[in-house]
Amino acid sequence: MTERLVTLSDVCVRFDGPPVVDHINLTLNRGDIVTIIGPNGAGKTTLIKSVLGIQRITSGTIWRKPEARIGYVPQHLQLQPTLPLSVRRFLMLTGESADTCRQALAQTGVDHLFEASVHHLSGGEKQRVLLARALARSPDLLVLDEPAQGVDINGQAALYDLIRALRDRLNCGVIMISHDLHLVMAATDRVICLNQHVCCSGYPADISTDPAFIETFGQTVAESLAVYHHHHNHRHDLHGDVVESQPAEGCSHHGVH
Amino acid sequence: MAFIDAILGDFFWRALLGGLGVALVAGPLGCFVVWRRMAYFGDTLAHSALLGIALGFLFQLPLNLAIAGTCVALALVLVVLARSRTLATDTLLGILAHSALAIGLVTLSFMPQVRVDLSGYLFGDLLAMSRNDLGWIYGGATLILILLYRLWRGLLMATIHEELARVEGFPVERLRLALMLMFSLVIAVAMKIVGVLLITALLIIPAATARRLARTPEAMVLLAVVIGMLAVSGGLSLSWFADSPAGPSVVVSAFALFVLVYGVVRQPRT
Repeated sequence: MTERLVTLSDVCVRFDGPPVVDHINLTLNRGDIVTIIGPNGAGKTTLIKSVLGIQRITSGTIWRKPEARIGYVPQHLQLQPTLPLSVRRFLMLTGESADTCRQALAQTGVDHLFEASVHHLSGGEKQRVLLARALARSPDLLVLDEPAQGVDINGQAALYDLIRALRDRLNCGVIMISHDLHLVMAATDRVICLNQHVCCSGYPADISTDPAFIETFGQTVAESLAVYHHHHNHRHDLHGDVVESQPAEGCSHHGVH
Repeated sequence: MAFIDAILGDFFWRALLGGLGVALVAGPLGCFVVWRRMAYFGDTLAHSALLGIALGFLFQLPLNLAIAGTCVALALVLVVLARSRTLATDTLLGILAHSALAIGLVTLSFMPQVRVDLSGYLFGDLLAMSRNDLGWIYGGATLILILLYRLWRGLLMATIHEELARVEGFPVERLRLALMLMFSLVIAVAMKIVGVLLITALLIIPAATARRLARTPEAMVLLAVVIGMLAVSGGLSLSWFADSPAGPSVVVSAFALFVLVYGVVRQPRT
């Protein structure tokens, strides 16, 4: 019995110039973990902001399960040092009780920080506090934008394990953006390789042999996900356009899988 | 009643009451100016108040109303222009602030029948506080405090992280608009106290001073109110005993408190 949480049909987002998100179809069910990977400027953040409903889409439709609660972990949490704020207060701004907030912190392993100031947190602590804040709202859908940013390598593996464990416990859907390819492959159900359009998508085991994946991330990465250096077969010029080093067809003829 | 009448009958007590009323709302709004880095924005709105005065005389409107209306209009223009991103926001603010001030001054000069005490508008005319002014201040302050109380969680959340606030269902755009309206209102009433050129000081100095002493946003707001009230009382006393101009004296005493607190408390508490 699968329960649909979000469906994107033919979604495009365009600012000035070529589309940043190009004809995306995507369905996320309860219990799924979907990871979006792709080079810088591929439209990953724009795509999840569309899912969140904070990015106006140019065309297409987005269906969200009515009344679905969304927990969001944004990419940057730059806090104004002029605003005094404890972790407790930050979590309680969700409108949840102190008990709920403390339990959420315990779930992400940082309940000792309950009374700490948000301005004194390390990168890893900050990510766990943000995750706890999303959990406190008992979400149906968890949306994470590079959750392991600023976390050391051991912490990264632990964080992805935690996200999986939370999915099991809460039975929520998870959609996340990641650059930590080798770690993501073990922690996700489905991978979507985005480069404006969906280059390829599927199960982690299959995707690393997909020609489109190899084209986007390079042979070396595909062959050995353990050493991920973020090499691409193309670069972006100053306008953000893809400069192909492959024949002109590039990614585009793979279309949507 | 006789006691209240005696107080309201004395210009010094009227000035003090008016000043305290403004400090009551300048505290919380000043905190938002500091948190959201809107000092220059506040300055721009304040400068446009002079244009409001000119328009008020031109169309024979109540001055407070004309000032608040002009501030709101300018705030809306700023929001729209900032969205179009043709110029950097600080450039845009610089253009609008000084143009509004200059247009106001030029317009006033075309109305020779209107005799205005310009320095009173630029630097405040606290000791000329009328009962009518007091009514405006306390009416405006009540409205602002009610709005702040009702919108508090959303305003705070949108200040901490706008996108998180939006995802969690807070009407971020409407909250920003409400904040602009409150700024416009506080500028319209605070002008009497410190004048166009010093309003921003009354907003940000007590808030910045309170930051050193506060652990929570709410404590910072309350401390900013107390510090603002101390600054008003201190400034008025200085003006009374040393015969110094009242508005600038209030700002000087706010600054003295700022230096004192930052000298004594070396580390922010959190």
